[in-house]
Amino acid sequence: MYDIAIIGAGVVGAAIARELSRYQLKLIVVDKGNDVCAGTSKANSSIVHAGYDPEPGTLMAKLNSEGNPMFDKLCKELSVPFNRCGSFVVAFTDEQVETLKVLLERGKKNGIPGLEIVDVKKLLEKEPAASPDAKAALYAPTAGVVDPMLLTTALMENAVMNGADYKLNYKVDSIEKTAGGYIIHSDAGDVEAKCVINAAGVYSDIIHNMVAKPDFSITPKIGQYFLLDKSENDKIQSVLFPCPDKNGKGILVARSVHGNVILGPTSDVDQDRDDTGTTDEALNRVRQGCSKLVPTITTRNCIRNFAGMRAEPSTGDFVIREVKDAPKFIDVAGIKSPGLSAAPAIALYVVDIVKNCGIALNPKKEFNPIVKRTVFMELSPVEQAALVKKDPRYGRIICRCERITEGEIVDEIHRPIPAVTLDAIKRRCRPGMGRCQGGFCGPKVHEILARELGCEWKDIVLDKKGSYILTGKTK
Amino acid sequence: MNFDLVVVGGGPAGMAAALEAYNNGIKSIAIVERDVEPGGILQQCIHNGFGLHVFKEELTGPEYAQRFINMTKDTEIKYFLDTIVLDIAQDKTLTVMNSKQGIFELKAKAIVLAMGCRERTRSGIGIAGDRPSGVFTAGAAQRYINIEGQMVGKKVIILGSGDIGMIMARRIVLEGGEVIAVVARSSFPKGLTRNVVQCLDHYNIPMWYSHNIVGIYGKERVEKVVVAECDKKTKAVIPGTEKEYACDTVLLSVGLIPENELSRQVGIKIDRKTSGPVVTESMETSMEGVFACGNVVHVHDLVDFVTEESRKAGKNAALYIKGEITKNSQPNTFKVAGGLSYAVPHMFRPENLGDKFDILMRVDRVFGKCYLVVTEGGKELGRYKKPFLTPGEMIKLTVPSSIFKGMAGKEIGITVEPEEEK
Repeated sequence: MYDIAIIGAGVVGAAIARELSRYQLKLIVVDKGNDVCAGTSKANSSIVHAGYDPEPGTLMAKLNSEGNPMFDKLCKELSVPFNRCGSFVVAFTDEQVETLKVLLERGKKNGIPGLEIVDVKKLLEKEPAASPDAKAALYAPTAGVVDPMLLTTALMENAVMNGADYKLNYKVDSIEKTAGGYIIHSDAGDVEAKCVINAAGVYSDIIHNMVAKPDFSITPKIGQYFLLDKSENDKIQSVLFPCPDKNGKGILVARSVHGNVILGPTSDVDQDRDDTGTTDEALNRVRQGCSKLVPTITTRNCIRNFAGMRAEPSTGDFVIREVKDAPKFIDVAGIKSPGLSAAPAIALYVVDIVKNCGIALNPKKEFNPIVKRTVFMELSPVEQAALVKKDPRYGRIICRCERITEGEIVDEIHRPIPAVTLDAIKRRCRPGMGRCQGGFCGPKVHEILARELGCEWKDIVLDKKGSYILTGKTK
Repeated sequence: MNFDLVVVGGGPAGMAAALEAYNNGIKSIAIVERDVEPGGILQQCIHNGFGLHVFKEELTGPEYAQRFINMTKDTEIKYFLDTIVLDIAQDKTLTVMNSKQGIFELKAKAIVLAMGCRERTRSGIGIAGDRPSGVFTAGAAQRYINIEGQMVGKKVIILGSGDIGMIMARRIVLEGGEVIAVVARSSFPKGLTRNVVQCLDHYNIPMWYSHNIVGIYGKERVEKVVVAECDKKTKAVIPGTEKEYACDTVLLSVGLIPENELSRQVGIKIDRKTSGPVVTESMETSMEGVFACGNVVHVHDLVDFVTEESRKAGKNAALYIKGEITKNSQPNTFKVAGGLSYAVPHMFRPENLGDKFDILMRVDRVFGKCYLVVTEGGKELGRYKKPFLTPGEMIKLTVPSSIFKGMAGKEIGITVEPEEEK
């Protein structure tokens, strides 16, 4: 019997797991994916929003404004790259300039520091490639960019290092209320827990409905993106948004924390909650939207198109509460944007709910908040030399585009949450994230995986269960 | 460590350049190769057809590579294998790394860049749909099959009529797989005619010209693709012609891109058309003493031509080291038109040419009987009859150097004139 079971190993579930792993609790995280960070958290704009956008008084406003300042310490503790690069909302018409004023007021009410409406001259100083047709922009110095995949993975790793259990490929079929709590039923076995936290992303309404009357619903909304080569990053230093409209924050241009350029997303209702397909029509809209912000941007150097699904709640706000007719069942649902930015604050908010619903929270003395990860190319020459001497595998580059060494890849296979697929390795230490998209390093990473895991080449999958790469040996 | 010449890349280009420099009196040479053995991509090209020009016989890729490996073995040329070049400084100091020696420096008097090329990926051409497993670039699939002995799929569709696509179509069939078709956006093959015959026709593999794969679908593994017809001229997809084909594997042979990250890093001038360095008749780049050759300059169809070009680079690197390259005049530059997409070298000084001057070019469309016409300031310098030109086959135009005699700082025009017009 677990004290707490968390359904969902996205950034929200992971952040909650890590916060709860500070306490003397028997904790488990389950996820239907073949890896942690397999849903919304792996396919988004990777932006830590300043917090001027949500309506004051909403949970989104509260948790975005509280979450944003937590990133510096959190990312330092977890060795996750984070860059507080700032952001601009760009207005092109007088009407949009009025919108900037509304956003500024909202931001002030939300307690967001440093917001300022700047003229086009100031915008072009910071973003020389931005459209000179802009009239003004709302500058938010506290916005940032983060690696959401590494953040989620490191949060989960840290929870596991501090005693949490986790199960992957665990699709929840049903949840049964018992005298002592809940039994989660799945083909992958039952999990019994006193308290259940529903952080199931686009499936959170379905999970909720397993134990309680439907009182909200999730509309899956797909967002499609371009990821451009680093050679394009002279055109963007930070994050440029258009003026928001009823469909959300709009199609943005951002420089990712790794120096790529991200263009997107669209925002379209999609019936299939697992859909991550892209379409020419939607990507054309992305192209058009971005060229308004940065006229010289081209997708000639696109290295990847991708799409992610967002959980749009019918309530218009995050749904985070103990469910009325299901004691100790906590919804953390409808976490759309700014969910990533809010995640650290959501975790603290949920810890309070856990406490209030009668779970004793006794701190663990031995809690260790630190996750270390070696990024070879970021070490000093002296450190690099020492590391290669100690472990020659760090002297062998496997991914020539991103310059990832064999040592880093092997490390990922043997960490608290082992990376056992090609994409899991790619999400954590980036071989295949570059311009050749794994054309050169794919077979080499494949070989390393098979060797380290002691399995056949054909048993290694790309990502999900069933995503086999090879059919067997040649004749 | 100090060397007279450091060659970046131990494929056919790098080995040929190093050998030629050696044969021209430079004995202190290092080849830095990122793979564990020299030979580059030839090692996975186990089909034959290599060496017809250079060795006057038909070799496989590994055999062709081995000839050069053997020739370098008889020299003092030093290999750094499984070694990557991290950085090249303006003073020609290369920072390199491998697992045995860690990070160290190689100081050179001259450098030859021979890094080859990489494949364009799915995102480079923007095919819509899902991102399941089973989508490979043709070269990655070739590595899996030919080097690792691992099969990539059972029912395969191939996009791109380049040579690797056609060669892989045959390879898949030989390994017991089924190839639905090779889908070509163009109305003509982008690869060599001999490959159309030997790889497709002989194995009854259809080539669907003026078609494109417009969608790849499948949740985990590829389940189907959508193929549509394209307009013969604009190559735009014709709406309503989409058809679905069930398959488990898609191979993409949709172009090669010279790999010039290092060249860009040191600020070498890159030609937008070739995606390779701008080079002189000596194969020298915009950075003095840094030469380039092979697929890093422009993508070749035949390794034999890579070898020839690389010998030129190696020889000139040797002359440079010995202080025997003359640059006393303004170079002439080429300006191509009329269906030519580029010419290499980009510029030349007539006094540095031998009796004959090889100009390598590509057309952007198919021509029947035609002339390649070389002009300067409206004056025709030469007219060369060609029976057939296609983008799939590089043109090697050999002209007598005397036609450029005494010219300096001139813009030399080259154009295609279809015979009918004359």
